[in-house]
Amino acid sequence: MHGFANPARFLRLAKWLTPLLLVVGIVLTVGSLLWGYTGAPPDRLMGDSVKILFIHVPAAWLGMGGWTAIAIASLVELVWRHPLAAIAARAAAVPGAVFAFVCLATGSIWGRPTWGTWWVWDGRLTSMLVLLFLYLGYIALSSALAREGSSSRIAAIFGLVGAVNIPIINRSVVWWNSLHQPPSLTMGNSAIDPVYLYPLLGATLGLSLLFGGIVLMRMRTILADMQAEARLRRKAMQAAEGL
Amino acid sequence: MGTGIKPKHQRLVLLVIALVALVGAGLLAAWALRNQANYFYLPSEIVAEAPAPDEAVRLGGMVEMGSINTAEDGVTVRFIVGDGDARVPVSFTGIVPALFVEGSGVVAEGSLAADGTFIATNLLAKHDENYMPRELEGMTTEEVRAEIEATLE
Repeated sequence: MHGFANPARFLRLAKWLTPLLLVVGIVLTVGSLLWGYTGAPPDRLMGDSVKILFIHVPAAWLGMGGWTAIAIASLVELVWRHPLAAIAARAAAVPGAVFAFVCLATGSIWGRPTWGTWWVWDGRLTSMLVLLFLYLGYIALSSALAREGSSSRIAAIFGLVGAVNIPIINRSVVWWNSLHQPPSLTMGNSAIDPVYLYPLLGATLGLSLLFGGIVLMRMRTILADMQAEARLRRKAMQAAEGL
Repeated sequence: MGTGIKPKHQRLVLLVIALVALVGAGLLAAWALRNQANYFYLPSEIVAEAPAPDEAVRLGGMVEMGSINTAEDGVTVRFIVGDGDARVPVSFTGIVPALFVEGSGVVAEGSLAADGTFIATNLLAKHDENYMPRELEGMTTEEVRAEIEATLE
């Protein structure tokens, strides 16, 4: 891991890995969704609205995965003072928030015909909404700290504390009676018929690669921003000395 | 200061202790909320501890097979919600959700009348964790039987 502590080495790796992840991710996602939307039959109860599963479930997993990545990067930042960890955490926040929002929006659209309501305040829906708010708070905090040039340690602590919500989201349908159904996929078990499961897993893999590509892209942008700022500062100092 | 303890390791130990305490606190809070955070009560809980007649509660369980009766006015449905231990009769006037079928989960919002009937003001269909196509393949025996019964009616 310390091999990548050097931003120059990271940038060399990210330069070819970013487009690779983005292209493979988009191809796999679009292919899986086309397969699911044209190939899978309607569900016995839900009809065609079952097909929102192919977007809703990967979005939920990646929304939670994004915060898990923020928490791990925050731990690495606080303990090992890794120069890239803070940048990685900042880069994962916006795509993570987008996936959390997509999960809530698609779930709401599915809930109206299935449950008969757009929204209920049960354990799963509420804890997922809390995750979206945590993302928004984290984005505001980390970008404010970066703008002022202060240490990102407070954002890292926020990232770690917020991770408490992740197991709560995961267990909410098991611990409490909720309108949201219990998990369909548990270790080695699936209550989802293979005609829905395989497009779902394909879309999940594709969107995960896309997520990775977007994080690398944003990390490169943040690093380039920092370089540009350092160069401007150096020039301003040279100009001041020259006066 | 202890000799040989690197600051890196000190930070790691401190953070792990803080995280364990934090997760412990979160779990305790979730455990304390286990009754308050329930979205609905099960029929056995309603029967064991009947809510006050005007108290708004949610009742959740399975619609018993063969229990749905539509009244003469055409918009009032009566059915029985059970959880395997207790059964609660429910009356609802209005449009039922599309997924409201016998043998499937339901959440009824309303209150318990003095005669033990649950007067629902709103019905929500609860979907289970199974996703399968309309064909009979892959269904369990009960589901196939339900499907055949539904066709015969």
